[in-house]
Amino acid sequence: MASSVKHMRRGTSSIAVLGVLGMLAAIGLVSENQHLLTLTIQTMVLGALASSWNILGGFAGQISLGHAAFFGLGALVTRELWLGGTGLALAMIAAVAITAVAAVVVGVPILRFRDIYFSIGTLALGVAVFITAGNLWPGITSQPAEALRNYDFTAPYFVALGVLLTTVAVSLWLKHSKVGLGMMMVRDDEEAAKATGVNSFAHKMIAFVISASLAGLAGSAFAFFSVSYYPNFAFSVLWTFEALLVVFIGGIGTIVGPLFGAVFFMVGRDLLPTGIGEFQVVLFGLLFIVVVLLMPGGLTEAAGRLVARTRRPETETTEKTPTATKGKELT
Amino acid sequence: MTQLILQSVASGILVGGMYGLIALGLALAFGVLKVLNVAHGELLMLGGYASFFAFTFWGIDPFLSMPLVFLAMFLFGIGLYQFLFRYVTRTEIHTRIKNSLLISFGLVLVLQALAVRFFTADERTISTSYSLEAFTIGPVRVPVVRLAGLVVAVAAAITLEWLLSRTRFGRALRATSEDWTRAALTGVNVRRVYMIAFALSAALAAIAGSLVSLGYSISPSIGLGWTLKALIVVVLAGLGSMRGIVVAGVFLGLVESLASVWLGGKYREVVALGLFLVILSFRPHGFFGKAHA
Repeated sequence: MASSVKHMRRGTSSIAVLGVLGMLAAIGLVSENQHLLTLTIQTMVLGALASSWNILGGFAGQISLGHAAFFGLGALVTRELWLGGTGLALAMIAAVAITAVAAVVVGVPILRFRDIYFSIGTLALGVAVFITAGNLWPGITSQPAEALRNYDFTAPYFVALGVLLTTVAVSLWLKHSKVGLGMMMVRDDEEAAKATGVNSFAHKMIAFVISASLAGLAGSAFAFFSVSYYPNFAFSVLWTFEALLVVFIGGIGTIVGPLFGAVFFMVGRDLLPTGIGEFQVVLFGLLFIVVVLLMPGGLTEAAGRLVARTRRPETETTEKTPTATKGKELT
Repeated sequence: MTQLILQSVASGILVGGMYGLIALGLALAFGVLKVLNVAHGELLMLGGYASFFAFTFWGIDPFLSMPLVFLAMFLFGIGLYQFLFRYVTRTEIHTRIKNSLLISFGLVLVLQALAVRFFTADERTISTSYSLEAFTIGPVRVPVVRLAGLVVAVAAAITLEWLLSRTRFGRALRATSEDWTRAALTGVNVRRVYMIAFALSAALAAIAGSLVSLGYSISPSIGLGWTLKALIVVVLAGLGSMRGIVVAGVFLGLVESLASVWLGGKYREVVALGLFLVILSFRPHGFFGKAHA
């Protein structure tokens, strides 16, 4: 799962990141259209969630299938505190802090498992937490009626934008920091990383905690934005799935990939007729399968190849990401 | 109190048999194809619906329809292998496990959504004339349908063990799971072994589904909950190990059931998760697993 952005020059990818963020920001400042605003806020929350997954899955190479547990926890804490009368900022800080602590507690046993065991462990975590949340909080949570009568999109919009910008900023910093490089070494070859003195457990732990905290932050934006939902919905495996889908469509291990992916997914879903109901999930599920099998670098890699081809057709690289390497064909 | 504990032991053993049966199919696919199918619970769900509809529309008793459901899901498994998992098995082993995990994760969503669309989200149970009957052994009540689940689980495990250890096909299967390249060199048709192993795994999930729709209940979203238990059982027994799966299943059922007496049923999944983490921390290769597994 090597960083596929190498096909694209750094300048191109920064422009792409700024472009997506600028577009999302512009919509909120210009538009009064409620449907468009809702879509934008949802895109930003999903983009933030996907970027947070990408730190653990894309940078550190640990494929988590239980990311929704932290999204849900952040949403739960924020919602309870905020509806209980605490200020939003304080509620969000508390949510991130609690999520971080939870990540440390869970991370100590779970990060000792490697590869497949880590994925199984996080899947088990996600499913167990989802079922338990449903058992413990069966009732629906709603914002008070008077708040709904004059629901204002401005505050949720800026909260979601702030959350997305924070997540992207952290990702950017990580990508070029020493810690981030250590994570990528662990991803590419854990044994080699250890041999050169990289503490693989510590690096995975840092990635896990940052990733979980940011997922919690995205969850708190969701909790602040949503009118009413069942508390266990925020823990649903759908969130993990959407994060994975968005990251893989966009391009795993890149900064711009999750943003591209989120826009693609939300716009795509919006363009599909609502009448088809569950077939939306079916379509995106199939799309996910196709992307994993056929284009493991996602849109970013495809775009990068295109850019590389137009610029330097003679040096087109044929190198593939490890996910794309095919083993010996069966006889 | 004694009665409560005895009853919990009984129901723990009964549900544990189901865990074992479900884990059997999961372990078979993983052991042979090195494919981890987290949509296993969704195959169970489909099998459960097949039995349910056979019973409601045609009045076929679930035990009679079980061979048909087995066969139908065997064919469905062949289809899934041909259209999906075949492409995964072409990659080298590390990528194969990861991609199968991701792809089956997508499959979970697809099958769930399709089930909601066609079967609605309602919870269903097959209620036959004997559904409410139960043996009483001293103070303990043993529902007939759940006991049947345990019996089928044990029978399936024994049959599978016989198939693996005594038949020519079983030998090909074991050879493939140990090293497919060398198996292929000795003339084993690896693709065919893969296809049949995967289809068998799906068919095992389906009969588990029949039993779930009889002794418990089914709805489109039950899959992941059962997959969770099956994964835990597979890891308890050691990834890649087939022996001891039903024992590990019963062990998980017992622990959950007894812990529920203390903590209340709401924390059942937390207990299972805790057990999973503790076991993996101390025995990274499971109870029965070998170090290289």
